[in-house]
This record gives sequence, C-alpha cells and structure tokens, in this order.
Amino acid sequence: MKDINTSAFAIEVVDLVKKFGNFTANDHLTFNVRRGEIFGFLGANGAGKTTAIKILCGLMAPTSGQVVVAGYNVMTHPELVKQNIGYMSQKFSLYEDLTIFENIRLYGAIYGLTANEIRQRSDTILRKLGLLKDRSRLIKTLSLGWKQKLAFSVAMVHHPKIVFLDEPTSGVDPVTRRQFWELIYEAAADGITIFVTTHYLDEAEYCDRVTVMVDGHIKALDTPAKLKKQFNVDTMNEVFLNLTR
Amino acid sequence: MRILFYLLQKEFIQIYRNKTILRLIFVIPVVQLLILVNAATLEMRKQQLSVVDEDHSPWSKRLISVLDASPFFVVGKNDENVLSAKKKIEKGEIDFLLVIPQGFESSLMSNEQVKIQLLANAINSQQAQLGYAYLQQVIAGLSQSFVKETYGVLPQAGIVTTFSYWYNPELNYKHFMVPGILVVLVSVVGMFLTAMNLVREKEMGTIEQINVTPVRKWQFIVAKLLPFLLIGLFELALGLTIGKLIYQIPIEGSLWLVFAIATLYLTGLLGLGLLLSTISSSQQQVTFVSFFFLLVFILMSGIFTSVDNMPEWGQKLNLLNPLYYFIDLMRAILLKGAGLSDLWKQVTGISVLAVFLFGLAVLNYRKTI
Repeated sequence: MKDINTSAFAIEVVDLVKKFGNFTANDHLTFNVRRGEIFGFLGANGAGKTTAIKILCGLMAPTSGQVVVAGYNVMTHPELVKQNIGYMSQKFSLYEDLTIFENIRLYGAIYGLTANEIRQRSDTILRKLGLLKDRSRLIKTLSLGWKQKLAFSVAMVHHPKIVFLDEPTSGVDPVTRRQFWELIYEAAADGITIFVTTHYLDEAEYCDRVTVMVDGHIKALDTPAKLKKQFNVDTMNEVFLNLTR
Repeated sequence: MRILFYLLQKEFIQIYRNKTILRLIFVIPVVQLLILVNAATLEMRKQQLSVVDEDHSPWSKRLISVLDASPFFVVGKNDENVLSAKKKIEKGEIDFLLVIPQGFESSLMSNEQVKIQLLANAINSQQAQLGYAYLQQVIAGLSQSFVKETYGVLPQAGIVTTFSYWYNPELNYKHFMVPGILVVLVSVVGMFLTAMNLVREKEMGTIEQINVTPVRKWQFIVAKLLPFLLIGLFELALGLTIGKLIYQIPIEGSLWLVFAIATLYLTGLLGLGLLLSTISSSQQQVTFVSFFFLLVFILMSGIFTSVDNMPEWGQKLNLLNPLYYFIDLMRAILLKGAGLSDLWKQVTGISVLAVFLFGLAVLNYRKTI
C-alpha cells in the first residue's frame, strides 16, 4: 500500500464497489481528496453518497476496491483510520439524555484526551457556539440547528485530520446553514480536510471541488467554476440538472 | 481502562436519568417477592373434602374428626349417598370424596383388612397424590390408636416408616420458593434491561457515532454489561433482605459465595442478552427473543417442578440452562449451607456458560456492517 503521509492526498479511493444483493450502490468509484480541501459530494437521494461515506469511515465494508484514508487502508487498519477522522452522521447521533458537556467529555475521553484537554476543548467549543451557559443542558432540549453545530464540534473534538459530514445541514434554516458553513471554513483554515455530502446546490459553491454522483457512478469531478464553464451555465443547480437528467 | 471508566459513567448517568428503569428496579423485587411467593404455592391446604359415612360408628366419626382437624382438609356437610357427592366432584365443588363403607368399625375390630374409598379430583395430579398419601397416613395412625386403645400395647411393627425432613424441617414451601423466585427476578430484570439498552442505541442511531471511534469492542460490551450486573446484584441483595425479613428464609451458607456465583451467572445471562441484541435491530425483536429464552429457561429450571422427574434429554438440555444451575446453587447454599467443594460441578457449568456467552457477545458485536 502506498504511504500517503508523503502524498498530497487525504483520501484515495480506487475502484470502490459496494453491492447490496443485486443492487450496486457504489459502482467503481475512483477519486482522490487533497489535504486541507473542502470536498463536496453531491447527488440525489439514493445516489450512493451515504454508502460511500460509511465505507470511507470504516462503518461498512466495501464489496471490492481500495480505500485509503489518512494514510491507512480502511479494510486492514480500521481503528487507525478511526483515530484520525471525525464523522457526523446524517441522523443526529449524540446522546439526547446527556448534557452538552457530558457528550463532549465522553467523546473526548474515547479519543484519548486527558481530563485537562477535555475541559479546555469543551470550553473552546462552548465559547465558539455561544453555549457557555448551557453547558449542563440536556441535548434533547436543543433545537435542530444547535444540535447540528454541536454534533460537528464533537466530531472534531480530537482535532482529526479529516472530518466526514453526511448532509449536515438538511432540515436546518438558512441562517444556521450559513453559520454552519462558517464553522466548516474555520476548520478548513486549520488544515482539516472536509468531506461533505449535501443536496443543497448553493452549498456546492462553497466547496473547493465537487463530485456529482448519479446512480452509484461519479458523473463529474472538478471545481465548481470549471463545472459551470463546462456546461456553460451560471449555477451549480443547472450543472446538477444537466448531469442528472 | 480510562475509556472504560468514561463509558461506564455515561451508562450510569443514563440509567439514573431514566426514571422508569429506576422505579422498576425497586418495585419489581418487592412485588414479585410479596405476591409470587405466596401465590405460586404448591402447598396443600384447605382442600374441600366430603365424606359419605355409611358406617355411622364411633370410629368412623373419629376418622372424620381427625381429617377435619388437619390443616389439609376442610370437611363439608356429610352427604347421604355417593352419587350426589360424585356430582359435586364433577362440578368442582369438592376436591376429595371419602366413602366409609358399612362395617368399617367392625372390620377394624376383627383385625380384617379395612376398606375405604377415596375419590380425588385428579385434574391437579400433584394435589390428588398428596391427598391420597396423607389419608393413608391418617388411617395408619388411626389403626395404631385403635390397637393401642383396645389392647393397651402397640402393634408389633413389621416395617415402620419414620420421616425426617432435612434442610427444611417444617416443610416450609416458601423457604423453597424464595431462592427460586429471586433468581427469576434477577434474571428478568438483568436480561431485559441489558438487551433493550444496546438495541436502543441502534434504534436511536447513537451506536454509529460510537462505532466510528477507535473504541474497542470489549470496552463497549463491558460498559454495557457491568452496570446491569451491578443492578442485578443489588436486586439480589434487596430480595434476600426481603426474604429474610418477611419469610425468615434460612441463610445457612456463605453470602460471599452466593454473590460470587451470582456474578458469574449474570455475566453469562447478560452476555446472552447482549448477544441477542447484537443480532436484533429493534427493541421489539429483542424483547420477543429474550422472552422466548427466559420462558424456556424458567420452566425447565426446576423452580416449580423437579428436574429429576424430567426425561433424560430434558435433563441434558438443562446443562445449557444458566437458570438451572443458579437456582440449584442458590437452594443448596441458602437452605443446605453447601460450600464450594460440594458444588464444584454446577459452578464449573455456570462458569463455562458465562465465558462462552460473554465471549460470543464480544465477538458478535460488529463495528462494521
């Protein structure tokens, strides 16, 4: 296996195939994600985005193909991959019956942070989100927008090299979506690679490069500007419609 | 170890915040012990007995009064003929019918064989057997009294059976039941709580966030098992206290041994609960499957019926039944005061099951689908 630490890529995927019975969710995907870039993964519902992201995170085994994340093969060293990535699921998955701080503490500890580090990072997170007074609030009392921002922060509590976001802004109001993308930019500025799936096409404009998936295939992969030029249109929305039609 | 500590902390906070579980933990043992021990009784008391006395002699009257005086029978109004009394059995109004034929006293006097007839409602065969055995005892006693009072000496005994009931001299049925009910209690509470807990994380989706971390499988499974193991031990302690205070159950053996074995037992049983929850995807599924296992375990365990009466294949099957070992061990330690050296066979059995089931739960838990 190629050693990625010397390469410019955070994620390397070659010929990834995932089949569920007769259904092929991912059909020979091949792509690289550069270090520090915001990589958008677009596609309609059922295009195979979530399946791909779960395979990259080691939550699901691929049928065939090679997946190297943060320098480690996901099949052979899943635990090393997991130590170096953060993941935010499509379905909110923090503990609703724990407080904000208890969730941060739990995940901080699982990733091996010391009690001191946990306290510091939780303070940083809470200050950044303006939740300092809500440290001891139960998660279930928060609104969806807060939940999503918090889930993102918890996914980054251990300062991972790569963070995977699966439709992080679905169901969230436009203001909160904007704030959420500010958080993403901040993380990217710290050198963290962002892998984000979405079906909001305006969000695609915020990405360095985007991939458009259709029925398990990669139909396009380039910067938003080049894609728009290629199809001779003004918005990513039109690019998407051109590709999926 | 540090990670395990934080995982356990999380589990305990969640249990503490779940008021339903807290209430169940305290209410279930009290209700089960107060109601079940008294209700689930095999004791024979106050059986309705009708007598058709065709002899009307002093000794027949004496037989009736002896039966009436015993706690087992309540003698109803005498019936005039056998037919109408039989009807009562058919209707379920009486449990036993005793027919004392004419000439009962005279045959007693002339030292002939005494013939009386007992009709029992044998729908409950155990009860019918016990009633029959008891009546035989009473009549044997009566004929002894007769000989003694008539000849002033005890009859020459051929073979005299004497009884002495070991370990439970008063034949206190509750002393026998409490340890069994306690085991059922600890099992039901422990297994359901454990199984539901892990599947709930699947349903809520929280397990995915855990699976994407480098947490080790054994850490996660131990953190899921240990809190409920401690709850189980707490239930056992609470149950033993209730048993001691209310039913005065004897505690002949070592309590340390009881709790050490309970720990082994719970590791196995909760391991099974976790194993079932690793293969289930909803709380509904896991409840149903756990219920199935528990029901088979409980009914085969010997809590209500003697394992020795089971067919041989049933007894062999019981070697896989954790409840069978634990109920047997509990009764042996509490009632007989048995020690480890007497019980090594069962302790080995329960240990093997514990290692096997817990190991299987860890192995079968998948972080990757």
